[in-house]
Amino acid sequence: MAMIEVDNVRKLFDEILAVDGVSFKVHEGEVFGFLGPNGAGKTTTINILCTLMQPTSGRAVLNGYDVVKSPHDVRSSIGIVFQDPSLDERLSAKENLNFHALVYNIPKEKREERIKKVLDLIDLTPRQNDIVRTFSGGMKRRLEIGRGLLHFPKVLFLDEPTLGLDPQTRHHIWDYLNELREKERITIFLTTHYMDEAENCDRVAIIDQGKIIALDTPDELKKSIGGDTIKLKTKDNIKVAKEIESRFKLQVIIDDGTIFIKTDDGESMLPRLISDQSIPVVSVSVHRPTLEDVFLHLTGRKIREEQGSAIKSMRSHVRALRRR
Amino acid sequence: MSFKDIRAIYSIWLRDLTRYRRDRFRLVSSVAQPALYLFVFGTGLSRGLAIRGGSGSSLGPVDNYVVFIYPGILGMSLLFTSIFSAMSIIWDREFGFLKEVMVAPISRTSVAIGKAMGGSTVAVIQGLIILLFAPFIGVSFSIQTLVIIIPLMFLISFSLTSFGIVIAARMESMEGFQMVMNFLVMPLFLLSGAMFPIERLPEWLKALTVLDPLTYGVDALRGLMLGMEVSANPISLNIAVIIAFGAAMISLAVVMFNRKE
Repeated sequence: MAMIEVDNVRKLFDEILAVDGVSFKVHEGEVFGFLGPNGAGKTTTINILCTLMQPTSGRAVLNGYDVVKSPHDVRSSIGIVFQDPSLDERLSAKENLNFHALVYNIPKEKREERIKKVLDLIDLTPRQNDIVRTFSGGMKRRLEIGRGLLHFPKVLFLDEPTLGLDPQTRHHIWDYLNELREKERITIFLTTHYMDEAENCDRVAIIDQGKIIALDTPDELKKSIGGDTIKLKTKDNIKVAKEIESRFKLQVIIDDGTIFIKTDDGESMLPRLISDQSIPVVSVSVHRPTLEDVFLHLTGRKIREEQGSAIKSMRSHVRALRRR
Repeated sequence: MSFKDIRAIYSIWLRDLTRYRRDRFRLVSSVAQPALYLFVFGTGLSRGLAIRGGSGSSLGPVDNYVVFIYPGILGMSLLFTSIFSAMSIIWDREFGFLKEVMVAPISRTSVAIGKAMGGSTVAVIQGLIILLFAPFIGVSFSIQTLVIIIPLMFLISFSLTSFGIVIAARMESMEGFQMVMNFLVMPLFLLSGAMFPIERLPEWLKALTVLDPLTYGVDALRGLMLGMEVSANPISLNIAVIIAFGAAMISLAVVMFNRKE
């Protein structure tokens, strides 16, 4: 059974189509990623699935419940970590969790035990009675993830879960998420514009300008734009290139003193090339396509890895200054 | 209303009270501001301008200006606390916590009611603190009167908090808060008859005081605390107006919270 089923959903904001006919299915226990640049429609899609917004047209079903017709049942089935913080900073970590447990109807006898378990999972037990305002960005994010899990949701939504966090904290959070996948069989739906984060997903939908332009496993997506590239430098590039072309029947390009060899599987090709005595190898490397390459291939643009809107506006400001 | 709704209301209420308990500054200022009005403003005005009370005077049967404004200051405190509590919705929106509430599997109706209950409870606590001033001002009332005053304070606060929620529900930024204070809270306070008797006002001003819901609250409190002969309206009218206003406002607040984007 599909945990999330989205059929031709559109969302119109004052004549702007934020989501333009999106359809996909997410299976139970899957980690599903939405990859795309800022403003591609990722958060709008999440808001529709979380019942915070209504679709202009189309249908979305989550855990068997229609998001428009039974928003209550949908809300009970999901946990969410929003892009922006949503904690009460004047309450303690435990009080935040307790509020959540109350509004999500966790029975009294299970409440204490569940809160304790979650605090343990997110490593905040020693700080549970401290006011959230005193927490670091990473701690707050962990608390939000823990809170999202408190009521055993069927689906956990993570909207840019590591946006604005330093690489070390990002790494930690992914450790928690991977641990979680193993411990609790939960469906995770996340949006990101970080390539390495998308690599963690079972399947990735690449979204651009409100439309899904590709949907597959990260490996298949990368394969779809052709296989690996082997970069080879030799003492006599022209001679070697001809030899490789005739012997291995591979497509070869020489550029900038380097031989580029296109192959489906670079790793198994490499030993064969090097062990061949007639090829005088100087240096060699295998380049695998990244999801960034996939996005570039599909749209002709790069997904810019920006830290957040503050830096973005600063950059455009700097650009504007330079233009003068 | 199901048990689930009551629990949701309780959780919203509990959060407001936890926050209030933690906010020492709010507690201190809630005592300081009325004290300033009563002891500095009240004393200064009555002595400086030689306002005399007693029969035949402008204050009617009340023989002291500070005593006259005491129920008015209590009303002011309820007004400020209620509106301030309701305005915290704007903060919650700004800091994101409102999303956590809106996406929870609880009815929007219980969110609005919980918020109104939380604000009113805090306002009643503030009111009780002001009632502790009574001996210093020379006002005394019986325990029976106190038993009536507490639910009355709750009723007034509930209607004002609901009114505040209606306004805060549409407000997107904190800048609006200053607008609310200047164009809503201050007129409500000044037109309520908290600081002066309404009977001798010119007709145009009198007409405005009739439109102010707080007028009826202050008048009811004044009657209960200082004697029924001091109040302008019968207590039944005062309470009826407060209930009607409160019912209208909480219904409107519920409607505003149930709207969807």
